Amino acid sequence: MLPFTSRGLQAVALVVAVVALPGVAVARTEISWWHAMTGALGDAVDAQVKQFNESQNDYEIKPVRKGTYPETLTAAIAAYRQKNPPHIVQVFEVGTQTMMLSGAVYPVWELMRDNEIKIDWNDFIKPVVGYYTKDGKLYSMPYNSSTPIFYYNRDAFKKAGLDPEKPPRTWPEVEAYARKIIAAGGAKCGFSTGWPSWTMVENMHATHDQPFASRHNGFDAVDGVELLINREFGQKHIGALAAWQKDNVYSYGGRQGTADPKFVNGDCAMYIQSSAVISGFSKSIKFDWGTGELPHWGAPYKKATSIIGGATLWVLKGKPAAEYKGVARFLEFLAKPEQQMWWHVNTGYLAISNTAVRNLEQGYHFVKNPKQYTAFAQLTGLPPTPPAAMKDAKKTAPPKPERVTTPNSQGLRLGNFVQIRDIIESELENIFGGKKSVKQGLDEAVAKSNALLKEFAATYRP
Amino acid sequence: MKRTVFPNRWLPYLLVLPQMLVTIVFFFWPAGKSLYLSVFKSPPFGGRDVFIGLDNFVALLTDRDYYDSVLNSFVFAAGVTGLSVVGGLLIAVLANQKIRGLAFYRTALLWPYGIAPAVAGIIFLFIFHPAYGILPYFLSFVTTYEFNWLLKGWVAMALVILATSWTHLGYNIAFFLAGLQAIPTSVMEAANVDGAGPVRKFTAIIVPLISPVTFYLVVVNMVFAFFNSFGVIHAVTHGGPGNATEIMVFKLWKDGFVGLNLGSSAAQSVILMAVVIGLTMLQFRFAEKKVTY
Repeated sequence: MLPFTSRGLQAVALVVAVVALPGVAVARTEISWWHAMTGALGDAVDAQVKQFNESQNDYEIKPVRKGTYPETLTAAIAAYRQKNPPHIVQVFEVGTQTMMLSGAVYPVWELMRDNEIKIDWNDFIKPVVGYYTKDGKLYSMPYNSSTPIFYYNRDAFKKAGLDPEKPPRTWPEVEAYARKIIAAGGAKCGFSTGWPSWTMVENMHATHDQPFASRHNGFDAVDGVELLINREFGQKHIGALAAWQKDNVYSYGGRQGTADPKFVNGDCAMYIQSSAVISGFSKSIKFDWGTGELPHWGAPYKKATSIIGGATLWVLKGKPAAEYKGVARFLEFLAKPEQQMWWHVNTGYLAISNTAVRNLEQGYHFVKNPKQYTAFAQLTGLPPTPPAAMKDAKKTAPPKPERVTTPNSQGLRLGNFVQIRDIIESELENIFGGKKSVKQGLDEAVAKSNALLKEFAATYRP
Repeated sequence: MKRTVFPNRWLPYLLVLPQMLVTIVFFFWPAGKSLYLSVFKSPPFGGRDVFIGLDNFVALLTDRDYYDSVLNSFVFAAGVTGLSVVGGLLIAVLANQKIRGLAFYRTALLWPYGIAPAVAGIIFLFIFHPAYGILPYFLSFVTTYEFNWLLKGWVAMALVILATSWTHLGYNIAFFLAGLQAIPTSVMEAANVDGAGPVRKFTAIIVPLISPVTFYLVVVNMVFAFFNSFGVIHAVTHGGPGNATEIMVFKLWKDGFVGLNLGSSAAQSVILMAVVIGLTMLQFRFAEKKVTY
């Protein structure tokens, strides 16, 4: 064996230098972010993070996919209990109350104040920030937001002699259209739904200005909150669905997105699902389809804005103070109109700052993609047709709002909400399956949920 | 029986130490932790564990939903055990014949056991799902009957039993095949000489002689159905419709990991543990007497 030659030493020095080089780059502070975005959405997260990482030299965001929303939350809880939490965790909207009361959170408004970053939250769409705001202060950074909208198969409409440009706007219209379409052989069933509790119970109460739960849907207090979904309106709406289920006007298709194929493969002519599936549907649907607003029961109910779903980014306590500067800078980056627009165009989730929405309008985005406008209209109360190009807009009066924003349409803030949704959906299945009457099922859902709300209040009582 | 005597007093302890460590770390420690958690109420992020005694258990035992899940578990376990043990035995007897391609059949029959429960669940979804399954699609040509287990509880239960049994069938077949091959040929030949038909041979010779295997499989399948069937339920029905397929192990996962109620979840796992220990003891007590070794 050769002794160390100067050449050998040079080689060693080279290797050391190469190994050490990235070490210099790692002087950047790493910020961990646990999220639940899969597939194309996960790619969008990575792409957005890359833009941020390349835009500055001090911080590096490290996104890690942790599974489904519940899995991500459980993982963050376990990590927090082991005193090694991620800086940022993405939590779905039903976990809001749990997070707010956890004592483990560094509220976004506080984070921004401490780091002297000013964001004009008034520029953000009310129903979105309102969901995550307490006492006028924003607790988590809205990230992916959507709202349920109405989808319909234009080919099936044509086959039944219906105007393919006019989706039904009331529930009686939905029923009449469904019967016509089935009779004409346009589809096997009238309509189906995704996320049953979110679209058919939570949002139906909101858009009809009906309370879902007492104490201002849980916004005003933790104690004494009770569900109100077994009242006259809840019985009327769920009763109609149960009756329609019998003759295929309505066809229940399971929870979350499991009913999507019913619409995509043409079985059902109409569908109610999150606005976030538009881009996915655009790729997979072979027929001509359109979107519309959620159907309404008409008078005496007011027509109110819908509520959102999706997830926000929560900042967790327990990290060195200096690192939070990077977290704040990242959230500031996400709040920028360009990023809002980029996220909307690339994922289909809502752009939530008014500036971003205006920029999208000016860029003719909504004229080119009218389906993407439906959700904005429904959340802001504006008419569902996208405004014509901005240059023409001056000639006409600004559109009049068609929907009101009321305390009932601000959102829901319930403890144990994940289980409550599960209970509601279980009871809906019992009702639609004929195992229980409408009243029985809803009463049971309310009773069980109230027990959970009580238990939640007891856990957090000071 | 020959008794082994170790020259060194400590050597035997040293030899069992690794196994003991594994048992303590992976069984006793988590079980102890469950016991501990089951008497506390704690917010998900921790910080305020409140000792509440047996309140978690009382809450469960006064909750009708919990009894439903217990009942579901027994129906499910009985269904899975019955179907996969009886089915396994029948197929094993067939695979024990002298037929062409025997090696291939025997190997192929074991494959389902190599499939993870969650994947098996997904496969069953693709076959049976009312919206995109291949079977309801073909059924719609010949009948108007809607195969909708999304709303019919008993259909959903039958489906998860079928799916779970299928994943466990290969395991049972392997054991039964081994048992069948251990039956002395002389006994079978004697039966042939006596003029016994195939049914008589099966009931009078095969069943009693493989009863130790059957007993072992019943116990193992039962425990498997109670503890290990989570993947299929999670992938196929998620406990629905209503709570029709919510078995104990699924409910405790849901309450703990989705509902973040760790105390109740721990209490449920303690009860589940007691139920399975009790069942196994009962089986050893009563069924074992009928087993001929």
